[in-house]
Amino acid sequence: MVVGVLALQGDFAEHVSMLGRLGVTAREVRVPRDLKGVDRLILPGGESTTFGKVAVASGMMAPLIAFAGAGRPMWGTCAGLIFMAKDVGRDQPGLGLMDVTVRRNAFGRQVDSFTQDLKILGLRAPFKGVFIRAPLIERAGKGVKVLSKLEDGTIVAARQGLFLGTSFHPELTDDPRMHALFLSL
Amino acid sequence: MAKKTVGANGANGSNGSHGKQVGTYELKKGLAQMLKGGVIMDVINPEQAKIAEAAGACSVMALERVPADIRRDGGVARMSDPGMIQKIMKDTTIPVMAKCRIGHYVEAKVLEAIGIDYIDESEVLTPADEENHVDKRGFKVPFVCGARNLGEALRRISEGAAVVRSKGEAGTGDVVEAVRHARKILGDIRRLKTMRREEMFTYAKEIQAPFALVEETADLGRLPVVLFAAGGIATPADAALMMEIGVDGVFVGSGIFKSGDPARRAKAIVEATTHFRDYKIIAEVSKDLGEPMVGISVSTLDAAQKMAGRGW
Repeated sequence: MVVGVLALQGDFAEHVSMLGRLGVTAREVRVPRDLKGVDRLILPGGESTTFGKVAVASGMMAPLIAFAGAGRPMWGTCAGLIFMAKDVGRDQPGLGLMDVTVRRNAFGRQVDSFTQDLKILGLRAPFKGVFIRAPLIERAGKGVKVLSKLEDGTIVAARQGLFLGTSFHPELTDDPRMHALFLSL
Repeated sequence: MAKKTVGANGANGSNGSHGKQVGTYELKKGLAQMLKGGVIMDVINPEQAKIAEAAGACSVMALERVPADIRRDGGVARMSDPGMIQKIMKDTTIPVMAKCRIGHYVEAKVLEAIGIDYIDESEVLTPADEENHVDKRGFKVPFVCGARNLGEALRRISEGAAVVRSKGEAGTGDVVEAVRHARKILGDIRRLKTMRREEMFTYAKEIQAPFALVEETADLGRLPVVLFAAGGIATPADAALMMEIGVDGVFVGSGIFKSGDPARRAKAIVEATTHFRDYKIIAEVSKDLGEPMVGISVSTLDAAQKMAGRGW
């Protein structure tokens, strides 16, 4: 199995390194031809506006949508989740794959970034959520399963079929369980 | 000693705590990891910030004058007007950075108070303290600092910096110093990796860096924080060169808004940074960019005109 990590900008190297720890072949994806032979794809953290601009300029939008349409799993962390969402409440390029409404920088600025242990459906023990200028999922559409919420009910992880979205960064922890969960989809 | 310092920064606070934590070193380093592979652009007003964001910048540096103008105007360069910085923060959705003078604790506290995302304790401004840098460990806001070699980089990290950048020679449009500093930092690390443990103690003394951070760098095979290039980057090829040398991303100061067609050049530099080994793409984005910023060759500057020597 080859797992691609979108490498237009952001913390793709951290995902690649976590996949390496799990013994999985990872490949950085920057241009459409890099998607050949990739079985599933991770969209990393970073700046979603940068992803959009560079993806459009690199002719990556249609190939990414086609990749997902062909029934291959895709997981977005933070900016990656924003990039996958149908609605981000403002006009910026996105893949429009997951039926969720996401609010960017929902928790505030960098000084408001936080870590918090989370209960996640499918994981037995709590998982450390690293939230950095994080987005939240305001609305989850039909067919979207909520996997994790903060105590106040804020949705921070969800799944729709083969699409996974988390507003936190499992790639910044030492804990490979979310990556393992994605590989099991 | 430095181990304790890292602990005080919260870098090791990853296990065992269940409640909400803010302002930890882990979070400060984490935001920097989100900037990787990206371009941080100097802007002097909300209009420029919009152009930068639209071009794909991953962050902007808000300041009253870009380094080329600071160089031209002379005099004392200080922290920018907080009101002007706030206007830029209000209008952008990407992280906003601002500069304080080296050693100017209060300017840094003011920037933290307005909720800035990152503070650059920068040699581009006139230093406020010619011996000490700010103790950055107690801040909730992460800091970026310039360095010319591994010793300087590790001294800044021991003070709490969450990103290191090359100093380069800001405001010149001459990339030579950024290349020199990035190569020196990365080359020092490569040599460190070949040393035996007992040699590292002497090396730590030589480069005036805490031993624990020297050892950590040797074990990681890289700096414990993200390394960016800065100072004199003016073209898409300059940005790609820095990525090829091994940095994680680039700052572009005067190079964009002192050029003929900022929007286009900004976008081109962003694309060249992502595709830094794809020379056809770099060729394509480098076409018809208009006039680059007028450069000053660093070799023609007197020692007194160089900014990179500031910081200790």
